[in-house]
Amino acid sequence: MKRSVIAGGAALALCGPASHAAQQEDLAGIRAQIQQLRNDYQKRIDELEERLAQAEAQARSAQRSARRAEQVATAPAAVPPPAPKSANAYNPALSVILMGGVNAYSRDPGTYALPGFQLDSEAGLAEEGPTIGESELTFSANVDDQYYGSLTTAIHSPAGGATEVNIEEAYLEAPRLPAGLGVKFGRFYSGIGYLNSRHRHAWNFADAPLAYRAFLGGQYGDDGVQIRWLAPTDRFIELGGELLRGANFPGGGIGDSRFGARSLFAHTGGDIGISSSWRLGVSRLWSRPHAREGMANDAGVAASSFAGDSNLTGVDFVWKWAPAGNPYARNLVVQAELFRRDEAGRVTVNDTGMSTAYDGIQYGGYAQAVYQFMPRWRIGARYDWLSADNHGADPSVLTQAGLLDQGHKPSRYTLMMDFANSEFSRLRLQYDQDRSLPRTDRQWLFQYVMSLGAHGAHAF
Amino acid sequence: MNPFLRWLVVILALSAAGPAAAKLRVFACEPEWGALARTLGEEQVEVYTATTARQDPHHVQARPSLISRMRRADLVVCTGAELEIGWLPVLLRQGNNPRVQPGQPGYLAAAEHVRLLGIPTRVDRSEGDIHPYGNPHIQTDPHNIARVAAVLTDRLVQLDPAHETGYRQRYRHFANRWQQAMARWELEAAPLRGGAVVTHHEGWVYLTHWLGLTVVGHLEPKPGVPPSGAHLARLLQTLKTRPAKMVIRAAYQDPRPSRWLASHGNTVTVTLPFTVGGTPGAKDLFGLYEDTVQRLLRAGR
Repeated sequence: MKRSVIAGGAALALCGPASHAAQQEDLAGIRAQIQQLRNDYQKRIDELEERLAQAEAQARSAQRSARRAEQVATAPAAVPPPAPKSANAYNPALSVILMGGVNAYSRDPGTYALPGFQLDSEAGLAEEGPTIGESELTFSANVDDQYYGSLTTAIHSPAGGATEVNIEEAYLEAPRLPAGLGVKFGRFYSGIGYLNSRHRHAWNFADAPLAYRAFLGGQYGDDGVQIRWLAPTDRFIELGGELLRGANFPGGGIGDSRFGARSLFAHTGGDIGISSSWRLGVSRLWSRPHAREGMANDAGVAASSFAGDSNLTGVDFVWKWAPAGNPYARNLVVQAELFRRDEAGRVTVNDTGMSTAYDGIQYGGYAQAVYQFMPRWRIGARYDWLSADNHGADPSVLTQAGLLDQGHKPSRYTLMMDFANSEFSRLRLQYDQDRSLPRTDRQWLFQYVMSLGAHGAHAF
Repeated sequence: MNPFLRWLVVILALSAAGPAAAKLRVFACEPEWGALARTLGEEQVEVYTATTARQDPHHVQARPSLISRMRRADLVVCTGAELEIGWLPVLLRQGNNPRVQPGQPGYLAAAEHVRLLGIPTRVDRSEGDIHPYGNPHIQTDPHNIARVAAVLTDRLVQLDPAHETGYRQRYRHFANRWQQAMARWELEAAPLRGGAVVTHHEGWVYLTHWLGLTVVGHLEPKPGVPPSGAHLARLLQTLKTRPAKMVIRAAYQDPRPSRWLASHGNTVTVTLPFTVGGTPGAKDLFGLYEDTVQRLLRAGR
């Protein structure tokens, strides 16, 4: 606008030369015209400035309402989930694990034993030949705003035997407790050790470590309550304890005590740089079996029963590595657990009724490494060992119950390779050189682990 | 007193004695949300980012260090839409922190506040690692960042009302700069519109939608399934009839399949940051898109 005023003025000023009088007259006229123009433009400038101010105010309020509109618009713009039409919308998440395969042993699995250890009926070898093994069914959901519940059943249908349905876990958690506390109650796998609280389908080998067979009957789950506390620190520190019924191996039978087993555990862990992380745990399980049954076998070990104190102390360690912390292509998991068990009480051979005082100190553990060398493919190696130092007033009873090791310490070497087409399926081939007994058993295990439906995330 | 109860009392007393009026602790699942929280909160927040740009957000371990950070978080900001399904639920359950459970003000799932693309019509695991609620990689479109910024600001104010003015001020400043930057990026990227691309994972729908790129194929035969030789050969055939300008992959993905396809299919590869920190240029949110656009332009030349 200024430019046009100047241009107008300049154009007028350039109007050609004329006589002085005429010039005077003209000049007066020009001055009047300029004044006129000036007034006109001033008026228009004022008008425009006013309009500009109005427009700015409108824009501000428009922006405000636009922002409000955007907020309103974006919230429902998030695709609304289909409206629940029936009560089924509240159905729990359902997960099915199919886990089976083919097993071949060079020794008769009926003669299996761990010299020096009473063996739980769940702790023997898996069936020979093709087998569907154990199928797992898990239902889980939030109960309401305070509780989360989960039920895991295992269906086992041995060839020629009756189908068994076991409740592996049936627990509730209260995730809204204050002060870093967590509680779990019902039936659950104990928090002792490293592998124990993890479901078998998440284990890296097809069979349990020998120490788990000997000390925990494969895997220790029981009814009771667990309390965990997480320290409010950047370093991971978790303390926990359990009061349990003590009905399952290494417990067994309930005597006068309502809580036949108790445990305490502590975990700590952290990262080393961006590529490595670790967890270290210590745990102790006190159990007081009233009548813990030991399995007979076809090679002369008699069924026996133990009553007394059985205290298990364990240290567990896991270290995981992945380049830049991205495990998708390559990763390495190294883990080891070490146990010591102190037992004192009486052992009775069921058939003869003969019994003796018995006490023993037993050690066992395993160390393993699993390496994923390319996406989906992993190889692994494991070493297991056990040793028992048992004494009794009547050694012949201990011999019948299989509690004297006759100088043989069980051990085992394992190699494994598996392929996971996706995170929901895995095929595994495993070779065990099992020296549980003096004559080596060469075992080939082919296993599939398939996960259908909702699949919960796995713990570290 | 029972020794167990005595311990419980000591533990509770210890837990309750936290530093008062401390900074708001933000646990961000992915770097983009960590960067956004830092921008909006500055000195009022202490941000911990659970993953880096070198990690695949689908596959993260529920590490002990993450559990302990979850324990003390006041606000958890994650993408949601099941992106973190393999690890976040474990952290939430083991973290023993009632403030950040889903449904609480301390839990923010960004994907719930933007329009999701790629909602599958068929939800079945034979389709690969699909996300029934839609594609969760929302951070590849800056408009989504703008939307989440508004929601995150409100959430920060709700949790820390004492510093409302600061949060709002920083939001206004950010939103203005962001609008201008988006206009600039869109202008710069205009020549790319309509260009055909191949992407490694279906992780770029929001980017291709934003910039108007046409996706002619993915290196993964199905989401989450690694590229196979057979699939790449088929893709090569597709490229003969529908040539692509470039093959896009994220910094965390295996570079070999895209290189192979580029060398055989007469096209070029471009590595995009995918999130903050994915490339040296993607230092912050502005750098993320700046670098993304520049890299696309260079590759498209």
